[in-house]
Amino acid sequence: MSEPILKLNNLCTVFHTARGRFTAVDGVNLELFPGEVLGLVGESGSGKSVTLRSILRLVRPPGRVSGEVRWRGRNLLSLSEPQMRQVRGGEISMIFQEPMTALNPVLPVGEQIAETLREHTELSGNALRQRAIELLELVGIPSPKERLRDYPHQFSGGMRQRVMIAIALASNPKLLLADEPTTALDVTIQDQILKLLLRLKDTLGMSVILVTHDLGVVAQTCERVAVMYAGRIVEVAPAAELFAQPRHAYTLGLLNSVPGAGSTRRPLIPIPGAPPDLTALPPGCSFAPRCAFATDECTAQRPPLMDISGPESPAVRLTACIHHDALSAAGEVTR
Amino acid sequence: MSQTILRVEGLSKVFPVSYSVVERVQGRPRRAVRALTEVNLEVRRGETLGIVGESGCGKSTLARCLVRLYDVDSGRIVYDGLEVSGLRGAALRQYNRRVQMVFQDPFSSLNPRMTVGQTLREAILVHRLRKPEQVPGRIRELLELVGLPADAENRLPHEFSGGQRQRIGIARALSVEPETLIADELVSALDVSVQAQVVNLLLKLQEQLHLTVLFVAHDLRLVRHLSHRVAVMYLGRIVELAETERLFTAPAHPYTQALLRAAPELDPSRKSVVEAVKGELPSPLNPPTGCPFHPRCPQAFERCSKEVPALLPRGPEGRWVACHLLEATP
Repeated sequence: MSEPILKLNNLCTVFHTARGRFTAVDGVNLELFPGEVLGLVGESGSGKSVTLRSILRLVRPPGRVSGEVRWRGRNLLSLSEPQMRQVRGGEISMIFQEPMTALNPVLPVGEQIAETLREHTELSGNALRQRAIELLELVGIPSPKERLRDYPHQFSGGMRQRVMIAIALASNPKLLLADEPTTALDVTIQDQILKLLLRLKDTLGMSVILVTHDLGVVAQTCERVAVMYAGRIVEVAPAAELFAQPRHAYTLGLLNSVPGAGSTRRPLIPIPGAPPDLTALPPGCSFAPRCAFATDECTAQRPPLMDISGPESPAVRLTACIHHDALSAAGEVTR
Repeated sequence: MSQTILRVEGLSKVFPVSYSVVERVQGRPRRAVRALTEVNLEVRRGETLGIVGESGCGKSTLARCLVRLYDVDSGRIVYDGLEVSGLRGAALRQYNRRVQMVFQDPFSSLNPRMTVGQTLREAILVHRLRKPEQVPGRIRELLELVGLPADAENRLPHEFSGGQRQRIGIARALSVEPETLIADELVSALDVSVQAQVVNLLLKLQEQLHLTVLFVAHDLRLVRHLSHRVAVMYLGRIVELAETERLFTAPAHPYTQALLRAAPELDPSRKSVVEAVKGELPSPLNPPTGCPFHPRCPQAFERCSKEVPALLPRGPEGRWVACHLLEATP
């Protein structure tokens, strides 16, 4: 396997607030390889979006990021702000869930693309304009020449998301961070945007980290998946293996909560309880209080992320579940 | 089972858009959003009817018209022999007792300054369903029914998680002993693991209380899981209605086919690289002529742009489809 281009070492993001200390991201270790689409899944509050923002140092005070973000030989967390600005929106771009708030409402979209081009490329004048048109064309916006002068509100939700992707691609990034890019969109439009992202990834040779809560989106777009719960990564696996045989009790619970085909009107198997309060995490495994497999061992100490990839499966599988063997024996996904 | 409890005939709802002075001076026609156009629907007693569609297809407007949160512009709603569209005053209140709605966002649909007990008590007393001294017992009963702790009675909505708040919303709807529940995006705001809890609750309650349920949602997986029959809406019209498994395994309308293809499957081995459907939803301010789906439909032919296809029965198994293709090739 090739060398990872991005490596997160013990990434922690902590918010000190009046209500206490929130550990949104709690010691995340993760590797990303060139050209792959990695899915980061979890429910609200699991820390997936904050992880993404921490990579680009977009976390605002009172949030504090510590640990290491290794990007092509450098630690992004120790760069100066001017150096970081070259990386942010340059080598690494990000797209967000809500294109209406991420785009500037009082600037024509052509100007917003030009801004990035001026900052990160040598282009100017007519060449710059040509490149902006090319980018809009690339993301599938009809009559791009005319639409350069339009404002974000003149675009539909799906088209706005395409504009945001065009801006993100303007600098020829090597890594695209996508934070729930299709959550606000209808399913037929979501389908179009996801297919567009995959196509662009291939033609431009980028890596993608896709944050989402939708397991269907993960199954359809990602090669590898990292599952987060209460700020920690609990399982990492190739998508096919994760869906076929989850090796963490939380992943299993998540998959069982989703209705599958042909299970009409049968009770689902929900995960009891609710996600924990980040200011008062339970000791040991954070999932233990909701887990059917939990034993005293689980609450005694926090289980580390263990490598469980056997000789027969060369792909790297990691889990933070002590009972992963019991899971693979007893816990079938009920679909 | 097959007894019809709710019948909707030719229901239309138009929302006028503000009419500017300039438009008036220029003599332009007044614009309006055509939220519902000629909707026909029958709901059977005791069934769960799923209503799916993308945003702006009119599914929520339909739900709100059915409980008369919106007045209808034309068409009829008949509930158990009762003409609903013209009801007023006490008769409307009586109808609303029988047909209750649960909303998507339990934060904005519950009064933040009333405890759960107060909310439930108000509903029970307004409809005079219990003598005042019986009310506390009934409240305990309701909380138990929806799986909330007994001490929930004296707490305020903000003290609960999203899933629990949705349970409060359901308890409030059930407090007036309705026959029909209209659930508008009941679990859309909840996390997957909590969604399943509320879905199970709904299944249990329906069995226990013999409820008829209209389940309005955009999540196809959930609708398939919960519904006996499903109606698919597009741009204010019902384009297909069929038994759930038939609809999902053999969709007849090109839009239903596209919608099902676009919904991401949970199986990573079944990926496709082609988009399910091109183009975007047309504006309901200016809907296309003929079939609303024809500008995006890969199989559209001349007639589709000229003539609106009627929702007609297709096949013996109670499937209704509004598509010219099926007329051309029976």
